[in-house]
Amino acid sequence: MTTVRTTLIATTALGLVLSGGFTAAQAETLRLLTWGGYAPDKVIELFEQKYPDIDVEVTLSNNEEMISKLRATGGAGYDLAQPSHDRIFAVQKEYGIYKPLDLSKIDTAVMSEKLLDGVKANTTIDGAVYAVPHQWGTSGLMADKSKAPDIKSWADLCDPKYKGKTSMRLRRTILLGTAFAMGENPFEAYSDLAKYQALLDKVADKLIACKDNIKVYWQGGDDLANLMLSGEIVASETWDSTAFKLYNQNNNIVFVPPETGALAWIDTFAIPSGGEADDAAYKWINFVLQPEIVTMMSASTGAIAAVKNGGDLLPEEAKAAVAAAFTPADIDNLKFFANIPPGVEDMEGKTLEKIKAATGG
Amino acid sequence: MVQKDAQRLALFLLLMPFALWILLLIVLPHLGIGYLSIREKIGPRQYEFGPGNYIDFISEPIYWNTLLRTATMSVLVTVLTLFIGFPVAYYIAKVAGRRSRAGLFLLCLIPLWVSDLVRAFGWIVLLRETGVVSGFLQWTGLVSGPVEFLYNDAAVVIGLIYTVVLFMIVPIVSTLDGMDDALIEAGYNLGGSRWTVLRRIVIPYAMPGIVAGCIVVFMLTAGSYLTPILLGGKNSMWFTEQIYDQFITRYNWESGATFGVVLLAFTSFVVWLGLKLTGQNLANTVAKG
Repeated sequence: MTTVRTTLIATTALGLVLSGGFTAAQAETLRLLTWGGYAPDKVIELFEQKYPDIDVEVTLSNNEEMISKLRATGGAGYDLAQPSHDRIFAVQKEYGIYKPLDLSKIDTAVMSEKLLDGVKANTTIDGAVYAVPHQWGTSGLMADKSKAPDIKSWADLCDPKYKGKTSMRLRRTILLGTAFAMGENPFEAYSDLAKYQALLDKVADKLIACKDNIKVYWQGGDDLANLMLSGEIVASETWDSTAFKLYNQNNNIVFVPPETGALAWIDTFAIPSGGEADDAAYKWINFVLQPEIVTMMSASTGAIAAVKNGGDLLPEEAKAAVAAAFTPADIDNLKFFANIPPGVEDMEGKTLEKIKAATGG
Repeated sequence: MVQKDAQRLALFLLLMPFALWILLLIVLPHLGIGYLSIREKIGPRQYEFGPGNYIDFISEPIYWNTLLRTATMSVLVTVLTLFIGFPVAYYIAKVAGRRSRAGLFLLCLIPLWVSDLVRAFGWIVLLRETGVVSGFLQWTGLVSGPVEFLYNDAAVVIGLIYTVVLFMIVPIVSTLDGMDDALIEAGYNLGGSRWTVLRRIVIPYAMPGIVAGCIVVFMLTAGSYLTPILLGGKNSMWFTEQIYDQFITRYNWESGATFGVVLLAFTSFVVWLGLKLTGQNLANTVAKG
C-alpha cells in the first residue's frame, strides 16, 4: 500500500511540475474571438513576426455566440472580442462581460471620426468607453440583375413574381428592414416597447404572409452563396460582403441598397472583462489599422475598415463591387443599427419564432 | 491486508474515469440545467425562484406544438428505421454466411466514419434543386424542369433515418446472433408459415434488441440538431433549435434550460409509454440486449 501511495503522490507531483513548467515557458497568447475572415492567416503571420513573443489564437463566431460564450465564463477565456456596435451597451449593463478601454493606448487618430464618435456614443457607460470601431458594412438586398432587375425594396422579396425564388435570414435584420419598408422607423420605436411590440406584430403578419414566396431561410454566408450562384434563388436579403464576393464570380449578382436605406453595422474591438493579455490586444488593434494591413483585412472580410480613407484602401476587385452597388446618395441614406435596449432582443426572438413556426402563406 | 487494499485501490482507480464522467458530464450539468430552469429573471441581474419558465412554456402554443411535432416525427423515424433495419439485421445475423457477415457489418458502419455535418451536406448535394437527383430525373426526361427535394419534412426524415439506422441494426443483430437456428427450423417443422415463424418465434426473441434499438433511435432523433436544421425547410422547426435559440439568440438561459428539462422529461415519458404499450421493461430488454 505504501509503495502504491508513494508512486501515486510522486506521479501527481511530477505532473504538476511538468504542466506548471510548460505554462510558464509559453509565450504570451492573444485569444481573439472574432468573425470568419477577420483574422486572415497572412495578417496573423505578419503580427507574429513583429511581436515574436505573442501567439495569436483565433475562435470564429458571430454576435450571438460571442456574447453567449463570454457570458458563460463571466468574460474570461478571450482577450479581444469583436461584437457589433449595437450589441454592447445592453449586454454590458446586464452581464458586465467587457472592461473599459484605455483609449490612450489605441491609435484613434487613424480612425474615421464619424464612425469612432458613433461607436463611442453607443458604448459609453458611466463615462467609460467599451469599444472602438474596426470594420463596417451593411445589410441589404442582393439580386441577379439578369433575372430580377426590379428588386429595390425589402418588400420586393415578397413580390409574387419571384415566388419560390427569394431568400432571407430569419434574424432581426429582416424584421427591421421590413419595418422600414412599411414606412416605419423601428429605431425610434425602441423607446416605447409597447409601441415596438405593435410594430413587430405588424411585421410578423407581413413576413408570415410572405413565407410562401420564400424558398428557404438561409443560415450562413456559404449557404446563401450556393443558393445564389446555382440560380436557385434570384434575390435575397444579404450582407454586402457576401454580395461583393459573388459579384466577382458573376457580374450579374449585385448588392442593392434598399430604397429605405441599407442597414449599417460596425464591428468593433472590445476587451472582455476576464482578458489576460490587454497589451497584446491593444497591439493587435493598432496593428490591423495600419494601411497595408487594412487592405489585406478588407480583402478577407469584404467589409470596409473604419479608418479615415477606408474606401480607398479596399482591394481593387472590391472597389468595383462597391462602385456597382452604392451611389453617394445611398451612402448618405445608410441607417446605422441603433443600440438595442434591454428586452428588445427577447421580443424580437419571440417574433422570429412565431414567423418560423407559422405554416402560413 | 496490503494485498486487499491494493486490489481495492485498483478497482477504485478503474472505476474512477467512469464515475467522474457520470458526475462531471452528466449529473452536474443536469443539476445546473434544473437549477437554471426554476430561476426567473425579473430584471437586469435580478433573479428569483419560481415555476414561471414552465408556465411560459405551457402557455405558448408555439413551444409545445414544436415539441409535439418533434416527438411525432421522431416516432415516425423510429418506426421507419425499424422496418428498414430489421430485415437488414436479420439478413446479417441469420442468412449471410460467416465471411460476408463482417463485410456487411462494415458497410453499415462506414457512414458513421464521417461526421453528421458532412452526411447532411451529402444529402443536400443530392436533393437540392440543382442537385444530382433532380438533374438525373431531367436527364431521363421524367420531369421537364428542376425539382426541389430539399427543405421539407420528407428530406428531414430521410436524413435522420440515414443517420440512425445503424443504432437499430446493431442491437438487433446481437440479439439474433444468440438465437439458435434450430428454433426456426422447429417452427417450420411444426407447420408454421414464414409469417408465423417470424411473428411467433423470431420477433419475440429479438424483442430486447428491437426495444433497445427503438429507444436509442428515438432519443438520438429527438435530440438531433444538425440534420433537421440543414435539411428542413422554412416551416420545419425542431425542438432542439428552439433550445439553441433560447440560449444563444435570446440570451434566455432560464427558458432554454426549461426547454431542456421538458425535452428530457417528455422523451423519457414517450419511452416509458412505449415500453408499457408493448409490455416490456428496461430490465429484460436494454439491460439484456
